[in-house]
Amino acid sequence: MKRYIGRRAGYSLLSLFLLSLTIFFFVRVTGDPAALLVEPGASASDIAAIHHQFGLDRPLWVQYGIFMSQLFHGDLGQSFYYRTPVMALYLSRLPNSLILAVAAMAFSLIIGIPSGILAAVKVGKFWDSAGKVFALLGLSLPAFWVGLVMILLFSVYLGWLPSSGSGTPWHLIMPAFALGWYFAAAHMRLTRSSMLEVLGSEYVKLARIKGLPQWFVIAKHAFKNALIPVLTLAGINLVLMINVAVVVETVFAWPGIGRLLYEGIAFRDFPVVQGVVLMGGAMIVGVNLLIDILYAVIDPRIRLEK
Amino acid sequence: MPFGTVTNSGPPLLQLEHLSTHYVSAQGTRVVRAVDDVSLTVRAGETLGIVGESGSGKSTLALTLLRILPPAARIVGGRILFEGEDLLQKSETEMQHVRGKRIAMVLQDPMASLNPLFTIGDQVGEPIRIHEGASRRSAWERARALLKAVRIPSPETRVKQYPHEMSGGMRQRIVGAIGISCEPRLLIADEPTTSLDLTIQAQYLNLLRDLQREHNLALIFITHNLGIVAKMCDQLAVMYAGRVVESGPVSQIFNTPKHPYTEALLNSIPRMTDTEQRLVAIDGQPPDLSALPAGCAFAPRCARAVDHCRVAAPPETAPAAGRTVRCWLAEPALAGVGAESGAA
Amino acid sequence: MSLQAESLALPARSPRRSTLSHFADVPIVPLVILFGIALVAIFANQLAPHNPEIGSLSARFKPPFWQAGGSTKFLLGTDQLGRDVLSRLIFGARISMIVGFTAVIFAGTIGTILGIVSGYLGGWVDQVVMRLTDTWLALPALTFAIFLAAIVGPSMWNIVIILGITYWTRYARVIRGEVLSLKEREFVRLAIVAGCSKWTIMRRHILPNVINSAIVLGTLMLGVVIIAEATLSFLGVGVPPPEPAWGLMLSDGKQGLMVGYWWLTVFPGICIMLLVLSANILGDWLRVKLDPQLRQL
Repeated sequence: MKRYIGRRAGYSLLSLFLLSLTIFFFVRVTGDPAALLVEPGASASDIAAIHHQFGLDRPLWVQYGIFMSQLFHGDLGQSFYYRTPVMALYLSRLPNSLILAVAAMAFSLIIGIPSGILAAVKVGKFWDSAGKVFALLGLSLPAFWVGLVMILLFSVYLGWLPSSGSGTPWHLIMPAFALGWYFAAAHMRLTRSSMLEVLGSEYVKLARIKGLPQWFVIAKHAFKNALIPVLTLAGINLVLMINVAVVVETVFAWPGIGRLLYEGIAFRDFPVVQGVVLMGGAMIVGVNLLIDILYAVIDPRIRLEK
Repeated sequence: MPFGTVTNSGPPLLQLEHLSTHYVSAQGTRVVRAVDDVSLTVRAGETLGIVGESGSGKSTLALTLLRILPPAARIVGGRILFEGEDLLQKSETEMQHVRGKRIAMVLQDPMASLNPLFTIGDQVGEPIRIHEGASRRSAWERARALLKAVRIPSPETRVKQYPHEMSGGMRQRIVGAIGISCEPRLLIADEPTTSLDLTIQAQYLNLLRDLQREHNLALIFITHNLGIVAKMCDQLAVMYAGRVVESGPVSQIFNTPKHPYTEALLNSIPRMTDTEQRLVAIDGQPPDLSALPAGCAFAPRCARAVDHCRVAAPPETAPAAGRTVRCWLAEPALAGVGAESGAA
Repeated sequence: MSLQAESLALPARSPRRSTLSHFADVPIVPLVILFGIALVAIFANQLAPHNPEIGSLSARFKPPFWQAGGSTKFLLGTDQLGRDVLSRLIFGARISMIVGFTAVIFAGTIGTILGIVSGYLGGWVDQVVMRLTDTWLALPALTFAIFLAAIVGPSMWNIVIILGITYWTRYARVIRGEVLSLKEREFVRLAIVAGCSKWTIMRRHILPNVINSAIVLGTLMLGVVIIAEATLSFLGVGVPPPEPAWGLMLSDGKQGLMVGYWWLTVFPGICIMLLVLSANILGDWLRVKLDPQLRQL
């Protein structure tokens, strides 16, 4: 198992490296670094200072070195708008996004997994078709539109739920639903197909041959095996959710990092934008590694690998 | 060489009467007659071999017995009399009490049959816990004893391990252990040696024989290997295109086969004393079960077919005590009756 | 009892139905919708009753014609600048179609080429491309698109390029997998033996065989790309005003939401939904028809 984890960690480091390189590349080479890194309305001496700080007139690889050393120290620059270090800003907003993502993920799993199992067990019948429709709608409706319609319905017309901000569980309901909707569909689909595959496997056949009742076969033999790919996807999706929540957070004015990104764009606050993207990518790499490790612990075939 | 105590007294353990299973496609357009009018008898402690090519319906027959068929399959006729009860009349819950406990089955691929996420002990003890309500502890003990009974070395360690840590031969024994765990009367073995090395095969077959003797187990052995049939079985049924074309005691069939297909099968086994250099094969391909020709299903490949064979399918006849055959050439007198007899 | 059907050996094949009847069960409604939207996009100039970019401030926030205060002059109402919603939707279709198709073709081209090259050549080329793909996939697509858009500035063609750059990885992965198995096939080996150069083989033998998968992937990606474009426009980094992109209309519509000007939100969303839904249904159908191997996508 150690070798497995070691290998995966190595790959993760490589990915992080390539990630930083990509970001760096796009900013320095395709964008106009001077315009981006300089505050709007800066004076000439400010511009000169920025040039010096980022080494914009030095060779590219030197710039990259400066960039990497800054990253190493956790220095993502300073926000123009908030006048605080981006990293601090990011970390202060991150918990909010996590709360939203966890709520949305819980919603997507609670809806997605049981409906997927039901669709698989009753394949070809009503529940399966209903599930398919649900999945299709979930994957075809943009999350932010779902959010907007919900606000229209539940805030404007019915007045049940608050339309923006955070603070109480009531504020969480609509954003979590809007965000989780798409993922519920994706999870349902995957659970269904995974379950179907498992139900057709030889060991499920043997379980039935042993005379085990159908519900027992599903609960014990099919369930655990079918869940493996779904949980993997869910883990990856959790981080994806945090990053994709940009629009939902914007619609509901939820103070997470998605909204931070939006503010960065709206206020032309480039360090914030770059910081959010970098951290977003780093988180995905980190979570992928964690999932691989989790896999190693759960699946005995990997755990006992010599 | 036949072996084992064959008790010929009393009613047979298992009696299949005119059993038919069809697969129907979704639109109802294609009907595959996977098992067609099969009648067989198995007595307690006896071994019945079922032989046939791929697609002959042998595996479907096994699944039909236990009533574990995919949704597209339908049992369209016949009876399955097991210890006097018709299994086709039982509810699903009642069948669950039959499976694993009174009739057990061993599948072909042991690696795929064992759930990779659970220990051996858990999987072997499972039927005991379900059927006999045993506690985890006692089921675990029984599992260990069963591993010992199937001659797996160091069962105490093995019982805690996972399927992927075992060799193929050991896995097959474990599946066998699962099969006998609740002391069934009948064990169905669907090509259990196909995935094993030759050297392991012999050991495994010997194990099965010993288990059979110890527990007075009846065995249905599904295979395409006539050599195994010769070694293990008392009775033999040869299947072709879903039908039983010949059945009877093994030694009699081997000595005097009555169906051209059986003959061809026996001839195709290479012998050490053969002076011919070429292997003998049976011409042609197995038929498409959804579009069977009128008449005898084997006629297109039969070297001795006559016109009547292509017109009407031969009925099952009993040319001698304890033997059946489905061939016009075995009962030429019937051939003259023309269209009256068809597939049953 | 849902167990997989046991496979029986059925060597005699039923006669092949003609290609046309093979495709006879195409889902009609999505096809019609897709076609309809395409027609609307092409003939926008003729169909739209008003100029989508100019409005009169005296006609702001008019509701659809069936509500009180609406008129048949502005069938689906007007927005905050008095512009006709229906006309904007019609021209928005053009934007969505152009951006959608072009981005998909762009991403598909890059991804297919890289997939073929990396799959066929193997070795370090393969390793490099795979690492690149993995890294790219590590970047959240949407965030990355936002990032790029923020750098280069919003414009329709920038968006197409950005979306193409962001989504090519899905193609590369799948195509590479196909190429790996194609490599072992007879006709490829024959070509090698006959002395064809690697590039010739890739172009003449491999490429035609992966086109199917590329097309199926394309239809599946179409929905994703359209939603991505709508999202970008909604956030203000997509197609810039005054172009009537549907996502932009939704962003504008947010202003009137709390006051109950529902038509500014509901109609553009319905359009997006219809387009994406149709693309997804057709994509699913195509996937099952053309290549059962892709079923695990």
